Amino acid sequence: MRNSVLRMLRIFLTSGAKLAALLLAVSVISFALVSASPVDPVQQYLLSLGTAVSPEQRAEIEAYWGVNEPPVQRCLSWLAGLLRGNLGESAIYRRPVADIIGERFVNSLALMLCAWILSAVIGFGLGCLMGMHRDRLPDRVLKKLCYLLSSVPSFWLGLVLLLVFAVGLRWFPVGFSSPIGILSEDVTVGERLHHLILPAFTLSLMSFVNIALHTRQKLIDVLNSDYVLFAKARGEGKWTILRRHGLRNIMLPALTLQFASFSELFGGSVIAENVFSYPGLGSAVSEAGLSSDVPLLLGITLFSALFVCAGNMIANLLYGVMDPQMREVGE
Amino acid sequence: MRGMNRRACALCWAILLAAVLAAVYLLGLLIPDEAVAGSFLHAKEAPSLAHPFGTDALGRDLLMRTLKGLSVSVTVGIAASVISAVIAVFVGIAAATGSKRLDALINWCIDLVMSVPHTVLVILISFALGRGLKGLLIGIAATHWCSLARLIRGEVLQLRAQPYVSVSGRLGKSGGWILLHHLLPHLAPQFFVGLVLLFPHAVLHEASVSFLGFGLPPEQPAIGIILSESMRYLSTGMWWQAVLPGLTLVLIVLLVDRLGNQLQMLLDPYSAQE
Repeated sequence: MRNSVLRMLRIFLTSGAKLAALLLAVSVISFALVSASPVDPVQQYLLSLGTAVSPEQRAEIEAYWGVNEPPVQRCLSWLAGLLRGNLGESAIYRRPVADIIGERFVNSLALMLCAWILSAVIGFGLGCLMGMHRDRLPDRVLKKLCYLLSSVPSFWLGLVLLLVFAVGLRWFPVGFSSPIGILSEDVTVGERLHHLILPAFTLSLMSFVNIALHTRQKLIDVLNSDYVLFAKARGEGKWTILRRHGLRNIMLPALTLQFASFSELFGGSVIAENVFSYPGLGSAVSEAGLSSDVPLLLGITLFSALFVCAGNMIANLLYGVMDPQMREVGE
Repeated sequence: MRGMNRRACALCWAILLAAVLAAVYLLGLLIPDEAVAGSFLHAKEAPSLAHPFGTDALGRDLLMRTLKGLSVSVTVGIAASVISAVIAVFVGIAAATGSKRLDALINWCIDLVMSVPHTVLVILISFALGRGLKGLLIGIAATHWCSLARLIRGEVLQLRAQPYVSVSGRLGKSGGWILLHHLLPHLAPQFFVGLVLLFPHAVLHEASVSFLGFGLPPEQPAIGIILSESMRYLSTGMWWQAVLPGLTLVLIVLLVDRLGNQLQMLLDPYSAQE
């Protein structure tokens, strides 16, 4: 018992150190990339103001932003601010970046969580179905569908769903996270969910293929094993075998894979949020990039890296700690 | 296709694919700019015989724009996947044959690239390089080499453990000679399969990044641009601008994916008998 606690602690410490190093590298590299940009952030900021600015005012803004200092010094002062939780101020929203990220992340989290659960359920269910009926009709049809879906550009899928369900059938609204013209306090949970369904469904369609094919393969491996042969000889039915031998063996790898897919989830949400004009982090990052809002762009990049790393860490822990087979190997 | 074995089948697919890609590329070059010029008399027309894909809000023929756009997409896709496959081979070999430190460093770099979502990273790189074709190409090439590099590293490690490689070393052959004569020939299939399978990813990422507005400039007829324009007219029922260009892109991607899988099955000895 004590051993395993120590081991957990060691895993936490080493992965924490790795995470810190990785995040530091991400922030330095993204800062370098942004500083290399030929787009002049001050110019963009002044354009977004929409009013004429005298050269003196411009110089003042430049001094305030520290544009004329050497890049290394700017990077260091940005990193120092980062450690104190100060991500800078967004140029397009005129508010602290941390606030915007917090606010947008709540929206994104709702979307990603729904899509994540949906894709896990769909993917796992279809994977089991395909594995059970290997090389028969359901398997062949579903496999074709999976390959087809992985060749479809995600934003196009979103557009088609939008055309069919929002424009054609009018089941769902065309965009945004709440009805237009209603104060944000008055929006009900039902309305929010109604706006969430289509983007979440699109996002889950993008990501369930991986998990379905993985589950299928794992289940086929399990069904080919000796212990399943023995179970069959004992007279266990198909579904009993799936419940007793299949699910236990394929659940954990599937869950691990699902946690490791946070990167695709976040990337997909950038696309889905733009298609459905959903006000989350994904639409904020493309807005920030398009209007050269450097602090916001950097902030969201860093945040997305943190998000992905968190997912990977959970996957590692699940893999190494919860799986009895891996645990034995570790000890 | 009945009566042909798998090798012949794959060869047919390869020829078909090469022909289609070449045709798309040439069509994109040959279609004159007048063909995609707008005319307000024919704006927002549904698909008909004169305009099989319909026309957009400025009266430009969408079939011509789609073909021109596909040509750009295919070029970007091929260039980006070749660059990232070459990077992957170099990095993979360096990781597997270099010192332990180098290996750790390269693995860490791969973790680093993988830790930022691809879409965000491409946006960042494209922003750094001032958008446009160059930023897009470098962004996609710089983000897609990771998994292939890992695959090649594993392959090289496995090869180096083979007796014939160590015998070759004992016989006094230099590292470079072994690399050239023993390792690279084995890596060629991996390289080509990886290259072909990278292409769909590269094309899809190109389209989605252009869709977000970070790729090609809006006057260029790229698929992503056409689709992002179509967003504005979706609610008025202009389905053809969204559906048809996307569908052609899907067809191209499916074709390439098919070829990649065939190649993989043929070249991988474990699945060649399936």
